[in-house]
Amino acid sequence: MPKTALGGLKVLELCQLVAGPYCTKLLADLGAEIIKIETPGCGDPARNLPPFFHDEPDPEKSGLFLYLNTNKLGITLNVETATGQDIFKKMIEDIDVLVEDKAPGAMKQLGLDYASLKEINPSLIMASITPFGQTGTYRDYKAYHLNVFHGSGEGYLTPGGIENMDRPPLKVGNLVGEYDSGLNAAIAILGARYYQKRTGHGQYIDISKQESVMSLNRLDMPRWANEGEVITRAKLGVPYGGALPCKNGYTVFVTWEAEQWDKLVKFMGDPEWASDDKFKDYASRYRHGELVNALLTEWMVGHTKEELYHQGQAAGVPFAMVLTAKDLLESEHLKERGFFIQVDHPRTGEIDYPGVPYKFSKTPCHIERPAPLLGEHNEEFLVNRLGYPREELPRLGMAGVI
Amino acid sequence: MDCLSGVRIIDFTRYAAGPQITLLLAHMGAEVIKIETMMDLDHFRRQEAAVVWGSARASADCFNSLNANKMSITLNLKTSRGVELAKRLVRICDVVVDNFKAGVMDRLGLGYPVLREIKPDIIMLSASSHGAIGPESSYIAYAVTMGALSGASEVTGYEGGPPTILRSSADLRPGTAAAFAILAALNCRQDTGAGQFIDFSAREAISCGIGELIMDYTMNGRVRTRNGNRDDIMAPHNCYRCKGDDKWVSIAVGNNEEWKALCHAMDKPELATDERFADQFSRWKHQDQLDVLIEEWTIKHTHYEVMDILQKEGVAAVPAFNNEEVFNDPHCKDRECFVSVNHPEEGEMYVVSPPWKFSETPARVTSAAPLLGQHNEYVFGKLLGIPKDEISRLVAEKVLY
Repeated sequence: MPKTALGGLKVLELCQLVAGPYCTKLLADLGAEIIKIETPGCGDPARNLPPFFHDEPDPEKSGLFLYLNTNKLGITLNVETATGQDIFKKMIEDIDVLVEDKAPGAMKQLGLDYASLKEINPSLIMASITPFGQTGTYRDYKAYHLNVFHGSGEGYLTPGGIENMDRPPLKVGNLVGEYDSGLNAAIAILGARYYQKRTGHGQYIDISKQESVMSLNRLDMPRWANEGEVITRAKLGVPYGGALPCKNGYTVFVTWEAEQWDKLVKFMGDPEWASDDKFKDYASRYRHGELVNALLTEWMVGHTKEELYHQGQAAGVPFAMVLTAKDLLESEHLKERGFFIQVDHPRTGEIDYPGVPYKFSKTPCHIERPAPLLGEHNEEFLVNRLGYPREELPRLGMAGVI
Repeated sequence: MDCLSGVRIIDFTRYAAGPQITLLLAHMGAEVIKIETMMDLDHFRRQEAAVVWGSARASADCFNSLNANKMSITLNLKTSRGVELAKRLVRICDVVVDNFKAGVMDRLGLGYPVLREIKPDIIMLSASSHGAIGPESSYIAYAVTMGALSGASEVTGYEGGPPTILRSSADLRPGTAAAFAILAALNCRQDTGAGQFIDFSAREAISCGIGELIMDYTMNGRVRTRNGNRDDIMAPHNCYRCKGDDKWVSIAVGNNEEWKALCHAMDKPELATDERFADQFSRWKHQDQLDVLIEEWTIKHTHYEVMDILQKEGVAAVPAFNNEEVFNDPHCKDRECFVSVNHPEEGEMYVVSPPWKFSETPARVTSAAPLLGQHNEYVFGKLLGIPKDEISRLVAEKVLY
């Protein structure tokens, strides 16, 4: 029986920050072997981004980097040097997938574009992740995660509610669009991998971050073309309900099914207002959404979010509560599911990391190793796998190659 | 040949999160058979969906976006004959997907232990909101409530304002992660011949996208909350009002070089030497003042003008596009971000293109979403070999219903 879902898949990562590293982390956590290439000296810039363990800025203590690079092997290699390129090409011979995130055209300048690499490894899969893709008017435009997210159309819809119309569109979370792009690339890679195994053919995959996020809003994006509707933040996203204040924070609920509304009314103890004709069916409640919310809030402020969540669910009403990171760690439900995974790292000790949202019955996700220290696997790679004499390592280091 | 040619998927999913899973696989060439029933229609096929989405055409549009490339059959799983037919389908497919509440497939007699008996190498993914195990596994959830339970609502919104409920993307994000899990299982089966069951939790999938904020708690005990458009390090880093009605541009500056370029582009050289903004740290400290100064300039230009001017200077600026703008945008046109399909009832309808450009096996939108039961004849007649008169009888007996 297989131990991991993706055992035997060999991936080379020439990426930094979030999207590319998250893409290969997804593969690594299911058993693929990832060799992460970092720039000698400074490494992946994510190493210099917060949060830091105990707030100590240290390239080996960035929570962002540690989370995104579990289960990978790390080497340093300067692909701008001729020797670095030689080493890179040697590594290409023995891998299945290359993931890179350099600006469009940069790999070609280095002589490392798909056409050149395919000559070395004819069945190679190469995926490039960039803000706007390899082609098109904006291909060379600069975009950080904020710009990509707003360029995708989701920011314009966030946060919903008419009261927000005078305030700017917002990002969701912190770096969500980058994670979306990494996940989207990982899907494409596994599709191509399935095909590669059947046919022996590799291929090139062009991933645009803008399109990755846009495709998650596929319900809203075509609506102008199809119905002439420009969708704005004025719409809340639900007819009524949403995030409403309660005794100790915010409760969230929505009733998509008619019977859920009936159950809610019963849960509230059949208040008189609920029998008003204004609330008799879905369409009427929708028309009077603000009034519904005002009346509900009057009742909800007398109850805690925990009461509403657990008792409401027991009554068959889809209640939720707004959880913080602390709440997630303390959630009995997530504990029982084992969502958080303890990872031991030489510089931080054991820490809880978010795990994966899928439990495979035969090939569970497993954290074999923490994120690599900068250049941790240089020797293993250059000497043991590529056959460089050990005494050449200092020379390669001094030459700025590794 | 497509990436997933020859892969057949039986799709019990409804609403948005589940259909997103199988849509992505259908884009890559898998044959997806969507099981529907008049007993319990997909949300987007119901009359009340027209109320929520604005019109019957709008809800049909949403359904089309989520179910293009798929086939539809009607099958009443409340009848034993319906369940038996579902099992016969499982025998000839590779993957089964559902997004019922945990336990529903088992109660229908279609749980993994049963399906594995019928087809030992079956891959089954159950995508529930809370997962198949755990004290809250029987709870009901939708995009809006999962976003809250994931921790993402807490960290989305204006500083000091209320938390934000997430939209349909909170369904499609987990749907995408579940498609990834299925692809991993398919690759595993290709190597080893083994199928397996995947217990998928949608709320956890959303939590994964705020990993670094969760790490701030596990490493430092710090509980992160809403900070608008701001970043921990970069400033300026915001959306700024531009000329026109509700037009905004996002600008982010990551180093001194970009800051100088921004000052030059705005024709405000004095800001480049202003000590309040002398380095990234000072700019971050004074970003409230900075935002006012920048907006004084952006408001005089359209968001497209700001993008053009700043990108020429090497500064990251992109408008906060709306759905009309992305559709008409020259770059999105170059990239063919939208394609049209011919819908049997609604005529020409656009959908968002698959978000991957494969050089050898292009992902494709091949057909509009199916009408209810459109493929009954193909699936029951051709694939299962049921004679025509028996199909008519099954329809009359409300098994194919």
